[in-house]
Amino acid sequence: MGTVVALVILGAIVLWMAASYNGLVRLRNQVKNAWYQIDVQLKRRYDLIPNLVETVKDYMSYEQETLEKVIKARNMAINASGAKKQAEAENMLTGALKSLFAVVERYPELKSNENVQRLMEELTATENKISFARQFYNDSVYRYNTRIQVVPTNIIASMFNFKPQEFFEAPGEEREAVRVDLR
Amino acid sequence: MGRLVCPRCGYENKENALYCNLCGHIFRYEGKRRKLQRLQTRRSFYDEIERNKRKSYFLMMLFGFLVVVLGYLIGQVWGLGYYGVVIAGVIALVMLLVSYYRGDEVVLGLSRAKRVYYEDDPRLFNVVEEMKIAAGLPTLPKIYIIEDTAPNAFATGRDPWHASIAVTRGLLNKLNREELQGVIAHEISHIRNYDIRFAMIAGILLGVVAMISDAFLRSMFYGRRKRKVSVKGQGGVVILVIAILAAILAPIFAKLLQMAISRKREFLADASAVELTRNPRGLANALRKIASDPEPLEVANRATQHLYIVNPVKKIGMKAKSLFSTHPPTEARIRILESMVV
Repeated sequence: MGTVVALVILGAIVLWMAASYNGLVRLRNQVKNAWYQIDVQLKRRYDLIPNLVETVKDYMSYEQETLEKVIKARNMAINASGAKKQAEAENMLTGALKSLFAVVERYPELKSNENVQRLMEELTATENKISFARQFYNDSVYRYNTRIQVVPTNIIASMFNFKPQEFFEAPGEEREAVRVDLR
Repeated sequence: MGRLVCPRCGYENKENALYCNLCGHIFRYEGKRRKLQRLQTRRSFYDEIERNKRKSYFLMMLFGFLVVVLGYLIGQVWGLGYYGVVIAGVIALVMLLVSYYRGDEVVLGLSRAKRVYYEDDPRLFNVVEEMKIAAGLPTLPKIYIIEDTAPNAFATGRDPWHASIAVTRGLLNKLNREELQGVIAHEISHIRNYDIRFAMIAGILLGVVAMISDAFLRSMFYGRRKRKVSVKGQGGVVILVIAILAAILAPIFAKLLQMAISRKREFLADASAVELTRNPRGLANALRKIASDPEPLEVANRATQHLYIVNPVKKIGMKAKSLFSTHPPTEARIRILESMVV
């Protein structure tokens, strides 16, 4: 009788270990997946911008400059190599898009134009998707890091060498307050 | 003396109140003296999520316990022994399977929801997709529009792979993007937290309780055949009495449990929505707009009321905590949202 009980307890422990290990694997893979999902959104933004700018070029002929700035920033971002240069190029693109938004705000006829509205909605959505993708990445990192640190899963985590992941951090320039230019 | 301020939602209650009249928070007492709790003006949504999950699981366990007890008692009286519980379990399983696989189609049909695609409303689709990304859902939920000018929304679907979200035309017209995002985040949270499945289970448990009690009471008072009642002297009669009492009270108790579970999951969905948008104000403003809109939702009725984000059947401004209501009072929800720190 005693051995049966002992075996059952042992079995339960083994099952728990397996379940914990699998849970950790799933969370770690979710972190990896979430990281690449950010790239998916960034790429989508690169592909989207030229098409959208084309559709509004005629309506915004008097603001060609702003449109060209956006296209140029986008080309720079797509050609940037290395994480640091890419991050800087991304910032410039975000800045150029922000000026585009500001321009549309300034001209009410522009704002009420259907095509322009669609452009603005798409660009807003794209920016949002990028930030939500980053948010989800950080949430995943949070869940994973917490799981490997709390008792009892930290035992399994150290046994099988699960390391904490790093959060996504906004590069220094983005942290500065946005200057609103009301000229 | 003074008013008792609820630390969760800030509502002023009568002193010596046992629980908050608005949000249901239970006050702690040390012996006879009230243990003063300072108003927690800033709570994190993680706390809210944890607390609501815990409470709803506890209530669900209570529910399961109720079914087991009822099945056992009635089984005893009918001389079925432990088979009473088994039969209850089988009935529950069959009902569960049927509503699990066909439930959402029925609900969407009842509400006259029309499936829409990206071109029909790009803004709505983008908002839903943004929330899908933030929630890490595997696929985009199916999107439906209900042609009604009253603003409201609901979500249905047994798991994140088979989910649908429906919004009314009124909601799309009356809310701005931030508010719409709050509402969609709330609905997606219901999906992510498996609330629909949760509510289905609670509803079926309720149905089983009601059916068993009904069948039992019928057999007691209108019995035509001779029932094999094992009334062994004193002990048997006591069990009989307890069983009858249980059969009468159980359905009411089960209903209360179901409503309490539903309210907790609503609070949970609000907190989870904040986790997705990191913007409690969007949802708070949306709730205000929806609750203060005077138009009634024509397709809603008592059968589907629990699914919507704000109860379309009850009146707004309802302060007293009604134990039979599927949703917490909107004012409590707004207060709790606005006190959340991101």
